[in-house]
Amino acid sequence: MAANASQAKTARGPDAAFILKKAVISALVALVLFSLMIGIRTEAGSDGQLTWWTRFGDLAAMVAVVFGGSIAMELLRRWWGPVDTVRVVPPSAQKVFSFAGRALVPALLIFTFLVPVIFYDERYILDLGILVLTYVMLGWGLNVVVGLAGLLDLGYVAFYAVGAYSYALLATNFGLSFWICLPLAGILAAFFGVLLGFPVLRLRGDYLAIVTLAFGEIIRLVIINWQTLTGGPNGISGIPRPTMFGIPLTPGDDGLATLLRIEFSPTHRIVFLFYLILALALLTNWVTIRLRRLPIGRAWEALREDEVACRALGINTTTTKLTAFATGAMFGGFAGAFFATRQGFISPESFTFHESALVLAIVVLGGMGSQLGVALAALAMIGGFELFRGLEQFRMLVFGGAMVLLMIWRPRGLIGHRAPTVFLERNTAISSDLVKEGHG
Amino acid sequence: MDYFAQQLINGLVLGSIYGLIAIGYTMVYGIVGMINFAHGDIFMIGGFIALITFLILVSIGLTAVPVILLLVLLVSMAITSLYGWTIERIAYRPLRHSFRLAPMLSAIGMSFVLTNFSQVAQGARVKPVPPIITGGYTLHEGADGFVVRLSNIQIIVVITTIVLLALFTWLVARTRLGRDMRACEQDQTMASLLGVDVDRTISMTFVIGAALAAVAGMMYLLYYGLVDFFMGFVAGIKAFTAAVLGGIGSLPGAMLGGLLIGLIETLWAAYFSTEYKDVAAFSILIVVLIFLPTGLLGRPEVEKV
Repeated sequence: MAANASQAKTARGPDAAFILKKAVISALVALVLFSLMIGIRTEAGSDGQLTWWTRFGDLAAMVAVVFGGSIAMELLRRWWGPVDTVRVVPPSAQKVFSFAGRALVPALLIFTFLVPVIFYDERYILDLGILVLTYVMLGWGLNVVVGLAGLLDLGYVAFYAVGAYSYALLATNFGLSFWICLPLAGILAAFFGVLLGFPVLRLRGDYLAIVTLAFGEIIRLVIINWQTLTGGPNGISGIPRPTMFGIPLTPGDDGLATLLRIEFSPTHRIVFLFYLILALALLTNWVTIRLRRLPIGRAWEALREDEVACRALGINTTTTKLTAFATGAMFGGFAGAFFATRQGFISPESFTFHESALVLAIVVLGGMGSQLGVALAALAMIGGFELFRGLEQFRMLVFGGAMVLLMIWRPRGLIGHRAPTVFLERNTAISSDLVKEGHG
Repeated sequence: MDYFAQQLINGLVLGSIYGLIAIGYTMVYGIVGMINFAHGDIFMIGGFIALITFLILVSIGLTAVPVILLLVLLVSMAITSLYGWTIERIAYRPLRHSFRLAPMLSAIGMSFVLTNFSQVAQGARVKPVPPIITGGYTLHEGADGFVVRLSNIQIIVVITTIVLLALFTWLVARTRLGRDMRACEQDQTMASLLGVDVDRTISMTFVIGAALAAVAGMMYLLYYGLVDFFMGFVAGIKAFTAAVLGGIGSLPGAMLGGLLIGLIETLWAAYFSTEYKDVAAFSILIVVLIFLPTGLLGRPEVEKV
């Protein structure tokens, strides 16, 4: 007993020293990193001269946080054990998990349908729900390009912008209704998708990434600078609200409330918008699931896994890539049109690279190709983002940090397995660690 | 003609700054095969640290401009390199053997963190500095009164770039570290079997890239006389465009791409419209990549099946 205890003690002795040493090094690095950026504050005075003052208190606090954080992290890592440890799940728990897994999708769907009923009086939750669903839809749209076809797209927001501006311009200039503009916005966005698709057909991997990023920036810059058409940085305001197939949701005589002989409430429109985006998102999901069973969907997935093998098997990679871009872009366009009608006002500020990165993060975090994963990731990202709204200026800091941590924690995303679309006899999910990603 | 000569000078100076940042992108890409999205923000941090060091040095009564510049350069390079090292350590190393998109998203997250960090730490307003290096030479005075000028700061930017480029080429071609870097670029497993410390080499790559970005940040500060927390994004995208245009992974390509992007941007702004200068730079990138899918000097990627 005594020997055992002393052994444990000697084992812990150097351990504590190691943890402490690591913490001291981290603190020193933090001290140098933050010495000037936090220790000194600069500000331009009223006369245009820069002044500076010291903030050594903040600096000391930050270094202390890093020191403590380093110790806590190291202890947490010890407690959790090596990353590769296989955790055996007892069969009974496995059964529960698999039941929960199967019940999750219907439960989530039913809950989503009931959200406007449950939270009818909570305008904030309804608005948040609409926002989350918009990103679910964008995530599912981008999933076609990135998750299924394996084409890295960093400029997805361009199609969102094209959809939004198509609807806004058509509706304000020609007075077309939302239901006519919606397909038009989708078609225009798909057209832009093909437009982007053509030059990038021969590009791979990171060349593709930069061209899509450049494309997104070009669209944004053109919107900002083409003032006669788009109103430039001021954007377009007074975009008509959607009607329920021609019946306006207004307090007037021909409004829905009057027709149904119920009292008018502005919440009606919010609820309508909620179901509208839910329908659009489910449409995206349904089309994607159907397409995956068609030859084109199979071709997308084959393209993702290996482009050379694809070509050897006689798949036309040109049309495969172009349809992937066009389909993804079309859903982005739908979402954009919805965004425009919901906001009533759009400006280039809503279509920055940040949005593209957010949607891409949702897709990758969702597990690249998993529809449920994307929905959960959108809920986690947008919901989490909302939780930190009170932090104001630290919000992006938290958001960026969360992105880094989530990637380190689960680089394969929340749902990190692939359900094969074609299988022999038995359908088994494959852990995505085993799947080699193509370079497309 | 005079007008053109002046724009050529301006474009070359801007291109030198882009080229310095682009080298950081291209090196990291060559060795770990990832787009370091946070590199543009490293450049911004470099600019901020240069600004703060400069303010401190001036207020403790240092007046000799060359001494100030040298000290600012050293401090800025040292601290910014540490930023590069830390970021690699925290955000990229755990993901090195993960799939392709994971480190890239981690880098995008890191870029948000850095942008917001400097916004919170130093405020959102633009920070102007008075011109530190003044004076210049009149190269040519046209008949119509148009003067082609070459200012001292422009000379300094170009000379610094050339010196650093030479130093860097020497480092990659002749030193032990450079050899290790080239070895890791070709095959990390094999390099580690032959006794190359892969982790250290990759860390050093990030450190050198960040140091060059710090120089670029300082040059930007001297040349334009201002820094702000958002400047890393646009400069980063342009520099990345430059690296891809020149062929990512190729050092001379990065410099060439930088100069081209600088020239395109300046000349477009001078002869057509300032609003669309970025659109022009990006469009030319797309056009070049249609015909040369691996950039101007990039080696074609051979895929083995």
